[in-house]
Amino acid sequence: MKVGYYPGCSLESSAKEFDLSLRAIFQEMDISLREIPDWNCCGASPAHSLSEELGMALPYRNLVKAEEEGFREIISPCPACYSRMKHTHEKVVLDRSLADRLRTLVGKDYRGSLEAKHILDFLKDDIGLRQLKSKMKRSLKGLKVASYYGCLTRLPGVKIDDVENPVMMDEIVEALGGKSLDWSYKTECCGASLSLTKTEIALRLVRSILEAAEEKGAECIAVVCPLCQSNLDVRQSVVYKKKMPILYITQLIGLTQGLGYAKLGLDGLIVSPRDLLQKKGIIEK
Amino acid sequence: MSYLNEKEIHRFKQRVLGLSGEDVTRCIQCGKCSAGCPISPEMDLQPNQVIHLIQINDPERVLRSEAIWLCASCQTCSVRCPEDIDVAQIMDVLRKVALEDQIVVGQENGMRFNECFLESIRKRGRVNEMRILLRYNLVAHQPLKDTHLGLVMYAKRKLSFSSRKIKEVSLIKKIFQNSQRFITGKME
Repeated sequence: MKVGYYPGCSLESSAKEFDLSLRAIFQEMDISLREIPDWNCCGASPAHSLSEELGMALPYRNLVKAEEEGFREIISPCPACYSRMKHTHEKVVLDRSLADRLRTLVGKDYRGSLEAKHILDFLKDDIGLRQLKSKMKRSLKGLKVASYYGCLTRLPGVKIDDVENPVMMDEIVEALGGKSLDWSYKTECCGASLSLTKTEIALRLVRSILEAAEEKGAECIAVVCPLCQSNLDVRQSVVYKKKMPILYITQLIGLTQGLGYAKLGLDGLIVSPRDLLQKKGIIEK
Repeated sequence: MSYLNEKEIHRFKQRVLGLSGEDVTRCIQCGKCSAGCPISPEMDLQPNQVIHLIQINDPERVLRSEAIWLCASCQTCSVRCPEDIDVAQIMDVLRKVALEDQIVVGQENGMRFNECFLESIRKRGRVNEMRILLRYNLVAHQPLKDTHLGLVMYAKRKLSFSSRKIKEVSLIKKIFQNSQRFITGKME
């Protein structure tokens, strides 16, 4: 099985563990990921806030490149990249004049043949819980996980789960032998977009999410967004006295496939999950 | 007070409607948007007040508010609105109108960050987080902000000066040059 892959900029840097673990588990499942050749940044919110046209022309070029490669589906791990791509695809397919403007800007035609998917979407629907389970070499052994989705389910163009009470990640955690916790901060905003410019606000939100998870007895938080992860992980020491490891769902999956600690980029996390995983017997001492 | 002038009273509301496609007259002021907003404690105007001020045609207070810039675009307000008004989309349009009308108050750092981010895309086709962070701290006159966290990230190799430049960087530059700035209406 071959699928198109759009890592996005943060997966080359602050979120390289997301990229590492995603590639590792896909390899384990014999799914070959093919990057969009010469992909560019999706522009995220700065491009969109300067110019709506620029905010769509950047993802449009990636769509064109992916279509040229003959991809049918494109997986994006970053919810922001995914939303920009899906939103642009939907607008272009519906609006001829917009499609004409973007074609002129980028110089190439997009026929609208692609399906953009978020990694969570792909894990749940295309791979399925059954296959995730069949690749298990060990269980998460009752690890208490608070699944945190942030704004993913509400972003423009995204319709992948219940908006206010998504369960996709929880179902994966349960299938892998973890204990998924019911908590009310699943979709609260982490404030990552204000992390650099209005740091105090982001810190308040980070603290409230960590404390809410702790209150429910969480031993770690599972995420599917590079911005959520770095906001909750890197800024944690400033507002939170204990240690709450923030793991990508792909890293949790990789652990059950028996993949190595470093191979999954677990040593790249700021709050180390090593002690916790050893205590639980998920990795060896 | 301009908003009581009969002829003008619908003007701002119509402008917001034209740009966002969202009709604020449907708002019943239930306050759910403000109750769910994660940033409301820091906002000078609550989201439902922003909507109300559009209803009564007071662009001045809306466009000069800090609230429209603090909005994190998390969309909670939009998904909870019982009248199905996309409040986050209205916030987005208000920021653009404030920029277009050049009445942005006290949002220099947000603008600077966006400029650093876009400059990185224009020059390389991709974002280099390390360069953006350093450049932003310089232009925001806070060179040492978050240094301790930056060092931790650097040590974990989460930040690096080197990054790939895409091959078609000239096309990206052209896209930047030729993109139409600001907004185009949804209902004209």
